[in-house]
Amino acid sequence: MRNPMQLFGRWQVQLILLLSLCCPVSIFAQDADTTASTTEAASDTTPAETPAVTEPEFDTLVKALTQGSLPKRAQTAKKLGKLEDHRVAGIIAALQQGNLYAEKSSDPIVAIVDNSGNYVDAISGEKIAADAAESLKRVPINNTMRTQLRTVLAALNLNDKNAAVRLDAVNRMIADGVDDDIIALLQERQKTEPDDDVRTAITAAVALMNLQSSEQQVRLDAIQILRGSLQQEVRTALLEIATNDADVKVKQQAQFALDSIEDRIAAFRLTENIFFGLSLGSVLLLSAIGLAITFGVMGVINMAHGELMMIGAYVTWVVQQVFPNHIAYSLMIAIPAAFIVAGLVGIAIERGVIRFLYGRPLETLLATFGISLILQQAARSIFSPLNRAVELPEWMSGSLVINPVLSITYNRLYIFIFGLLVFFALLVILKKTSLGLKVRAVSQNRAMARAVGVRASWVDAMTFGLGSGIAGIAGVALSQLTNVGPNLGQAYIIDSFMVVVFGGVGNLWGTLVGAMGLGIINKFLEPYAGAVLAKVLVLVLLILFIQKRPKGIFPQKGRAAAD
Amino acid sequence: MLTQRLLLSDRGGMIVLGLVLLAMVLVPICNILVPETSSLHISTFMVTLLGKFLCYALLALAVDLIWGYCGILSLGHGAFFALGGYAMGMYLMRQIGPRGQYGDPLLPDFMVFLNWKELPWYWQGFDMFWFAMLMVIVIPGLLAFVFGWLAFRSRVTGVYFSIITQALTYALLLAFFRNEMGFGGNNGLTDFKDILGFPIAANGTRISLFLASGFMLIIAYIACRYIVTSRMGKIIVSIRDAESRTRFCGYKVESYKLWLFVFSAILAGIAGALYVPQVGIINPGEFSPLNSIELVVWVATGGRGTLFGAIVGAFTVNYGKTIFTSYSPETWLFALGALFVIVTLVLPKGLVGLFNRNKKVPAKINTTAEPTNSTAETAKENV
Amino acid sequence: MNILSQARRSLGQADPNFGAPLDTTKGTILYVEGITVSFDGFRALNNLNLYIDEGELRCIIGPNGAGKTTMMDVITGKTKPDEGSVFFGQQINLLELSEHQIARGGIGRKFQKPTIFEALSVYENLELATAADKRVWWTLTQQLNSAQKYRIDEVLLQIGLQEHRYKNAGALSHGQKQWLEIGMLLMQNPRVLLVDEPVAGMTGEETEKTAELLLSLAGDHSVIVVEHDMKFVRSIARKVTVLHQGSVLTEGTMDQVQNDPKVIEVYLGE
Repeated sequence: MRNPMQLFGRWQVQLILLLSLCCPVSIFAQDADTTASTTEAASDTTPAETPAVTEPEFDTLVKALTQGSLPKRAQTAKKLGKLEDHRVAGIIAALQQGNLYAEKSSDPIVAIVDNSGNYVDAISGEKIAADAAESLKRVPINNTMRTQLRTVLAALNLNDKNAAVRLDAVNRMIADGVDDDIIALLQERQKTEPDDDVRTAITAAVALMNLQSSEQQVRLDAIQILRGSLQQEVRTALLEIATNDADVKVKQQAQFALDSIEDRIAAFRLTENIFFGLSLGSVLLLSAIGLAITFGVMGVINMAHGELMMIGAYVTWVVQQVFPNHIAYSLMIAIPAAFIVAGLVGIAIERGVIRFLYGRPLETLLATFGISLILQQAARSIFSPLNRAVELPEWMSGSLVINPVLSITYNRLYIFIFGLLVFFALLVILKKTSLGLKVRAVSQNRAMARAVGVRASWVDAMTFGLGSGIAGIAGVALSQLTNVGPNLGQAYIIDSFMVVVFGGVGNLWGTLVGAMGLGIINKFLEPYAGAVLAKVLVLVLLILFIQKRPKGIFPQKGRAAAD
Repeated sequence: MLTQRLLLSDRGGMIVLGLVLLAMVLVPICNILVPETSSLHISTFMVTLLGKFLCYALLALAVDLIWGYCGILSLGHGAFFALGGYAMGMYLMRQIGPRGQYGDPLLPDFMVFLNWKELPWYWQGFDMFWFAMLMVIVIPGLLAFVFGWLAFRSRVTGVYFSIITQALTYALLLAFFRNEMGFGGNNGLTDFKDILGFPIAANGTRISLFLASGFMLIIAYIACRYIVTSRMGKIIVSIRDAESRTRFCGYKVESYKLWLFVFSAILAGIAGALYVPQVGIINPGEFSPLNSIELVVWVATGGRGTLFGAIVGAFTVNYGKTIFTSYSPETWLFALGALFVIVTLVLPKGLVGLFNRNKKVPAKINTTAEPTNSTAETAKENV
Repeated sequence: MNILSQARRSLGQADPNFGAPLDTTKGTILYVEGITVSFDGFRALNNLNLYIDEGELRCIIGPNGAGKTTMMDVITGKTKPDEGSVFFGQQINLLELSEHQIARGGIGRKFQKPTIFEALSVYENLELATAADKRVWWTLTQQLNSAQKYRIDEVLLQIGLQEHRYKNAGALSHGQKQWLEIGMLLMQNPRVLLVDEPVAGMTGEETEKTAELLLSLAGDHSVIVVEHDMKFVRSIARKVTVLHQGSVLTEGTMDQVQNDPKVIEVYLGE
């Protein structure tokens, strides 16, 4: 039997990937408190067109909600929840979060405190003057009631127009535990629910309830339905059945279901690990391709490469300082800006120092290391030695929740895509443009290239500028992952060199494979060895790898390479 | 005949060694016999500082031997220095005995702190001075042997070698930061009490350590001189200048590189072992790649390819560092960075080259200067 | 395991049976059979067969990219072929040996571009090339003995550099550097000399001297000369081998070769 839950997962992934590529707005922003966002969404999407209920009943109930004993008020809340009024969700959410204020009287003013601290009348929606608000007190609430309110809210959200909100509501019900009332609510909804995902989720919720049934067959059916679910509560419930159920067959089936769930979880963990590896790999790729150009194509060891990345990261920070109100778009400015600034610094380094040292790689290494010290200290003097935090634009924060065990943070996802884009752009530049042609010509035979009219020194400067500019872009990407500080570049420089050595010099594809390979190996070793030891092991492995393939994965062959 | 070959023909070396010997005579006198009120008095702090410089000079000598003469640029020599230092540090830790804060008779404080119950096997034997000194030689030597054997036999040369040596010291840095390694983690080994029964902070001990460093430097210098003036020395220079010619002359280039590398690592280890009791601490920071590359610039500043140049460089740069960091610490990195650039651009023969300008300098410096360099040459069209 | 056995080999191994006299009972000193070398799909050598007789002077010509230098790389151990075998005499398989062992065994090679130790004097260059124990620890204490000193003087005379013996090798003229390199080969007492483009960049007079030198060496040694300069080849050649696209196109005397239609096509037809 094809499992409904599985289908639902896959479909959702596709939809979300599509959406996230079209418009970078997170739908499933995994905030600390999802309730807040869902209720907001609720009030956004259920406009005033909802047929108004009899006003007096709403008014009375809202007022009653703030008075009397807790159990009585809980009953009131339930009643309120049944009214189809768009204000209800806001009020109950406010109560639940302790943002509902009221007078102590039989006909109180009820107010909601909004995010900016203003008091708003819960019934009329008007602002309440500060002096009038003085008599208002917070409406007390306890944990029991909070739970009950959650159910009420969930029921409200269950009728929302937005399918995602409804789905979230069902999942929340499963998480909070289901009772007969909720099951009734869900089954009611099931009849009219248009969305497949929500229907499957409801089926799961019902099945979870049915696990408690006294009839063996009902329990067995429920187990079958829950077989593909990844939710923690389902696993807990199944484990309970698998250990304690009176019926042996049910016990066994539950264990089977659990096993299959564990297998799926393991598979998702593996996927997650691969993604982490690719994510680290994309960071390595970004930092190494600039090096691959200067090292592979020009034969220049640029130890200041890390500091060029640092410059890119600081550019991002500065851009955000200049346009503090446009964080969302700051990256669009920061990327070209970082490319230009780092590129210009690179050209200055090439013209000022490196061009005197061509053909002396060891000297170049030392000189550029000196430059890296100067740049680091300059950053310390200009921006202070402390780390600067770059703000993450909203569309980069949060994570893509694919299912309860697998979620991917947006910044890593975008950096991965960005890394590949930069890689292919560079490939195109080197293959298809006249600069690329000249670069390849000069790198192969400097004298000959000059003889046919290529200005070798100009090409050197441009190539170095290109490599440095890409380092700057890499810095922008890094600023989205870590704090920006003077030592930012140092953390990556050795790894980047390893990538170039691993991949083979002078081959951008090697750099790609090397970066991704090292990233994945690193992340796979981490669970067994810990982050630090994993790094050490990777370095040791690399040294051993060089034994077998001294020239990397994609070596240069031929007479020239043998020298 | 041998004296002629080793010393008399080496004027610069004679001068530098003479100065070291003079310091070894004058410094103890000025410290012990000259009263503190006199302007000629040298404080114990100064003695230790000079002792440290002597260790640095020994380290620079080790780097110069392989870089200046054989063209192998190791960016990981700090690792051998630190390993030698750790071996000495382990001996000094064991000497603390029950005088530690936790008073454990056997375990050093940090192990008690980590709740370790017994001494790890690799700490056994370090309570004996001779064993620790053996390890000062064996551990860096062994690491250099294994690493060098792997690297040289697969013909890893030039910048590739530099990069993987840097990775080596970086890997050790990360490893030694781990508490589980059993070398004190972040804090390293410190709070030493005494060495060979003498209190480590005492004036006499300090002077003895200073003298030991001086003697070691002189012995190492003469040993290096012996190597570079022998036929082996000529072969080493030949490997630097024309590796494949040397190979086709029938020399097994890998073996020469390997043994020279091992010898150099041992010298670095000894330098580290003399350094640790003088500064009183060894921590993973010594493994930092910056340290290793900085000591390369000492050699470059002094003048690579001349043994005494390395000593001159170590003293000059470190003296400069002491002045700079006490005067305005922020500018030190600027100065060091500029030094890297200036030395490579305008002073390829270092300070020594300034004085030797008129004379024929035997060592050829621009070893890799060819019309097109090999890495660029190997780059292919299908990048 | 593999690394361990290699370690044992590279550390403990003495030179292969070079102590014993070379077995050249069949009159042939070098057997190159069925050698194929490819670089990234490009076949630099393609089933190459070549036999060199003892004491012979053989010239090898061929257009650029014919595989001349790669062939030398294979014989001297620099490049390992994909297929084929190379035997030195009847017994010694050169493919199992590394460059320094082949050099010690008696095959000397002069590079296309003169490579000598420029930081050392002419005399020291020859001293380093002297046939002696070349293991690391021996060279630490070794001094020249009188027989070796005599041999150096002999070679200095042979290559005409006796007046420059204390000169820095870097200061020699281009032609002198070429001769010094040949001299260094001679110091190794080789059986076979591989000489890559010995007269490239030489003046007419220097070329003549080089021709004399190579002719005087043949007989005592087998000499293989790779050269582009046809006039020079004609002046020294007894037997000429033409390489084309990695294999032997034809072999014979200079006249035979020059009149061979295949050779004319290769050289002129393109």
